[in-house]
Amino acid sequence: MDFDLQSWITIAAFAGGGLCMGLGAIGAAIGEGFTASQASTAISRNPSLSGDILKSMLMGQAIAESASIFALVVAMLLLFSNFSADTWLMVYVLISSGLCMGFGAIGAGVGAGFPAGAACKGLAHQPAAGSRLTTNMLIGSAVCQTPAIFALVTAFILLFTDFTGRPVSPTWAAIIGAGLASGLGAIGAGIGSGLAAESGCEGIARQPEAVSPVTNVMLLGQAVTQTTAIYGLLVSFILIFKIVPATEALAPAMALLGAGICMGLGAIGPGIGEGLTARDAVRWIARKEKAIADITRVMLVGQAVSESTGIYALVVALVLIFVV
Amino acid sequence: MAIEGADLVKAAGFLGAGLAMGLGAIGPGVGEGMAAAKACEAIGKNPKEAGLLTRTMLVGQAVSESTGIYSLVIALLLLFVV
Repeated sequence: MDFDLQSWITIAAFAGGGLCMGLGAIGAAIGEGFTASQASTAISRNPSLSGDILKSMLMGQAIAESASIFALVVAMLLLFSNFSADTWLMVYVLISSGLCMGFGAIGAGVGAGFPAGAACKGLAHQPAAGSRLTTNMLIGSAVCQTPAIFALVTAFILLFTDFTGRPVSPTWAAIIGAGLASGLGAIGAGIGSGLAAESGCEGIARQPEAVSPVTNVMLLGQAVTQTTAIYGLLVSFILIFKIVPATEALAPAMALLGAGICMGLGAIGPGIGEGLTARDAVRWIARKEKAIADITRVMLVGQAVSESTGIYALVVALVLIFVV
Repeated sequence: MAIEGADLVKAAGFLGAGLAMGLGAIGPGVGEGMAAAKACEAIGKNPKEAGLLTRTMLVGQAVSESTGIYSLVIALLLLFVV
């Protein structure tokens, strides 16, 4: 059974589209389910506010949905564009961009569900803080989407970069590695940012007058949480744009693929861990505003230590790309 | 395309190094984050003991970091020694 290049490209586009939407549906569904569960709890506590809580739930779910919509866009693009190319690299590009957006949507979907759930619960406790809660929820869940946007950018760059003239081996491994670095690297940052935003909403519901320190520290914690996703994006860009000499040997290809997998997986843990730290820091700043300086300092020190393994992963990835 | 034994061994070493450091970074990242989270909580409850709590957090995180350093060592061994 011998297929020509065009058949393989079509096969890759369909496989990539399927993987993209399948993986991309995981996160939003979990996040929105969590939001709905919190909204139900909130309505049972305070049935008179069911209209407001329902509105807040739907707004939060709509934002959590956006990462999945990115995945849907990429999947549609893969299914209905007629890709034709004269290089075998197109096959890897289609699979890789699908994997990138699919994995990249998981974290943002799960993460954006947390602040939405906390906002619904907070509304039942503190109806007067409704507008401040909604604002904080929107800011927090918008930041959660950034890793998914990184993955979308990488998927688009992969699809629209002209790889003609680049050697098939080892560029194929760099392409798959680039998709995995950005896609897997977005999971931790998305979930972590969501955890930070959750306690931001919870804290505002508890102490509506503490809104500005809570939002500030929440954004600071989320920004630190995003760093490992940015490392993933960086490694993807290096892998896509670095011109590697043609070789039939397997080792240079595996070095590039290994670099992508290393940075992608290595970004998951620090992202979640830094998010956990930011969550408790924000929660306790809302409860004890006087200790804000001490808590923020310990949060940043703790996040920096938690970041270290992400930096090891970045170093190993860069060594794999540039040294060996 | 004939793949030679030495090439295959090197390729496996590179891929293994990536997997070792990538997977090995997950645990310490989450664990150290948990330690720092509880340190923030404890300082919120008892701000006077901030110095002692920060020290305890850092010692705990250093121990939690050790598995990440093992992964780094194994990755570098796979890259440069084996």
